[in-house]
Amino acid sequence: MASLWFWIVAVMVTAYVVLDGFDLGAGAIYLFAAKTNEERRRVLRAIGPVWDGNEVWLLAAGGTLYFAFPLLYASSFSGFYLPLTMVLWLLILRGIGIEFRAHIDNPVWQAFFDVVFSVSSILLAVFFGAALGNVVRGVPLDATGYFFEPLWTNFRLGPQTGILDWYTVMIGVVALVTLAAHGAYYIALKTDEDLGRRARGFALICWPLQFFLTFSTLIATYFIRPEIMDNYGRHKIGILVPVIVVASLAVMLWANPKGKEKLAFLASCLYIVGMLVGAAFALYPVVLPARDDQYSLTIRNTAAGIHGLSVGLVWWTFAAVLAVAYFTFVYRKFSGKVQAGDGHY
Amino acid sequence: MNSALLIHRFHFAFTATFHYLFPQLTMGLALLIVVLKTIALRRNDPTYNEAARFWAKIFGINFVLGVVTGIPMEFQFGTNWALFSRFAGGVIGQTLAMEGMFAFFLESAFLGLFLFGEKRLSPKAHWWSAVAVFAGSWLSGYFIIATDAFMQHPVGYFTAADGSLQLSSFWNFVLNPWAGWQYAHNMSGAAITGAFVMTAVGAFYLLSGKWTAHARIFVKTGVIVGCVFSILQVFPTGDRQGKMVTDLQPATLAAMEGLFRGQEAAPMVIIGQPNDQQGKIDNAIEVPGVLSMLTYRRWNAHVQGLDAFPKEDWPGNIPLLYYSYHIMVGLGTMFIAVMAVSAFLLWRSKLYNARWMLWILMLSAPFPYIANTAGWLTAELGRQPWLVYGLMRTENGYSKLVSAGNGMFTLLGFMGMYMVLGILGLFLIWQEIEHGPTSEPLSKLSLVSEAK
Repeated sequence: MASLWFWIVAVMVTAYVVLDGFDLGAGAIYLFAAKTNEERRRVLRAIGPVWDGNEVWLLAAGGTLYFAFPLLYASSFSGFYLPLTMVLWLLILRGIGIEFRAHIDNPVWQAFFDVVFSVSSILLAVFFGAALGNVVRGVPLDATGYFFEPLWTNFRLGPQTGILDWYTVMIGVVALVTLAAHGAYYIALKTDEDLGRRARGFALICWPLQFFLTFSTLIATYFIRPEIMDNYGRHKIGILVPVIVVASLAVMLWANPKGKEKLAFLASCLYIVGMLVGAAFALYPVVLPARDDQYSLTIRNTAAGIHGLSVGLVWWTFAAVLAVAYFTFVYRKFSGKVQAGDGHY
Repeated sequence: MNSALLIHRFHFAFTATFHYLFPQLTMGLALLIVVLKTIALRRNDPTYNEAARFWAKIFGINFVLGVVTGIPMEFQFGTNWALFSRFAGGVIGQTLAMEGMFAFFLESAFLGLFLFGEKRLSPKAHWWSAVAVFAGSWLSGYFIIATDAFMQHPVGYFTAADGSLQLSSFWNFVLNPWAGWQYAHNMSGAAITGAFVMTAVGAFYLLSGKWTAHARIFVKTGVIVGCVFSILQVFPTGDRQGKMVTDLQPATLAAMEGLFRGQEAAPMVIIGQPNDQQGKIDNAIEVPGVLSMLTYRRWNAHVQGLDAFPKEDWPGNIPLLYYSYHIMVGLGTMFIAVMAVSAFLLWRSKLYNARWMLWILMLSAPFPYIANTAGWLTAELGRQPWLVYGLMRTENGYSKLVSAGNGMFTLLGFMGMYMVLGILGLFLIWQEIEHGPTSEPLSKLSLVSEAK
């Protein structure tokens, strides 16, 4: 039962990154890809009706994590106290950056919120990557199941790690590049003319970086935590992960210059799915590795009671079907290239 | 009290109080917008549609602020209250996850359609999107109340071998008797906020002689809805909530009422200052027997005072609890008076020209916020010293590894951030009010009425 919930949470986090990822990415390239006011408004119109719904996946994934693995939630959230608080501040700034820009028709006001939106999107992408890096690298948990990490120590992977060290910064950069490309594919899909062309060009530049970083992080991760390969050795199905990652990278490279925007965007989604599911697959059944292995948190020592988890499965399935239905409906309603009259952005 | 505990408590209290300024209007307006949209659809009246569109804009600003201040609430369960989450997460995780899965998805998916999709949808489909937003926001309210109800009156759980609480009965937990009345009381409070705000904007337009056709709709809808919910707020919801506190948290009741010594024919204190050093009310004006009547429905029933409970189980801050409770009740009574007089004037077709009443209605807008805040303070201070009533004390629930200094740093950060949000929000809502429901401030109707 706990294993099932592990995968449910993993799928929800992945859904969050795929969905909110494209609007974060759109924010990251916003200042560079969209030059004129009209272009910026078009980017905002492309993400405006959906960004809030996408962000709900973070809340829903967080809520589900809290429900299924209360100790993991308690331990990781209090241990990552400082960076998570900053994530909250950035989410606040980003939300008002998107929503409040259009309310006042003044170029200075709008330029200010443009920068707020874009910078907070860039920083969030890096923070989320660094958070994933921390989880893969492991944290200084002790016998009580808690830890508190400072923001940084000496950027090395000693016994006293910080949130930021060379490895987590590297994963942060991977996340930024991946999401910037993801956002660029989305903007290319939703807009045309100069803006669409520039977004495609942006994705083209991201590709070699993404390719290089994918393989160098793999090597770095193996160097830091060799046991990540254990599950791949044990279960043959793991071979799917590298296949998906390589195939989606290839499709992105092929589809983007041909103007097959939808295919390129879907490949980018698939790439994110491959990377995140690959990480979850490597960690399982550990949910938060400790620097000292004996204190690692696993699905077994953090899961909620079996009755609660069984009951949850009933309503979760029901709610998830509904949620997918809403999202399908909304995305269909707002499908196609952005139109001039959409929304107030 | 140790300073880390105090800071973590204030951290949550501050962020929750500030956050709840927005959802109460969101939930109240969601209901009112459905009312406006329904009338617009039924009568095919474009003015009602314009009115709904105007409030949708204010709803949108308010909603964004509610979302961005709401995310920190969920995070804080883990960041600041880790031991509590480990202890109770196996139970309350159910409702917190359900809120995300059922309510937030519904609300956020249809909000986009409601705010931006009017051109892409038929009028009926657009009405449905308004209903979905209303349903989502009111559903979300229930899951939060059910979570709080578990902390007030834990049911449906068992204590596992490792000392944590785990779910034993889903339905007992979700249908906690505490949650029902608290939900009704709380949602009625939200409807009051929405109604007072809508009425106040209408009154402002009428007093300024602008958009008078829309203003009449705002005032009429606001006063009718406000009148109904002001009464429901006291009876039956407030009354039953009080009964529940009497039965399930008698020490809380005694502290709220400032009843230090148990007695028969217990009086109700109208005005007076609790003196927790000497255990009495200073300068009290009391009505004898009323408290006994309200709690046990008999004039001379015995009501337990604080002296019936060990001092370590008393709510920690009796004066603040007492004042919050009395402010809530006092304001609730005034809301009935204001709305009843307005409703009478409306019925006699005199309200739109009664400038004195319009002034009162306009200036009343902040008070429901105060009353709702005071009500929540009463509920949460009243639960002290317990975090989960009878099971976990507040001092055992916070994150022990997050030091007072780190807590203070983020608390101050939130205060600064929220001050900016508050100013921005007020500024933008003021902009919308100034732009008005249509580009033409002097509508035909107002010209006609001025000609008279």
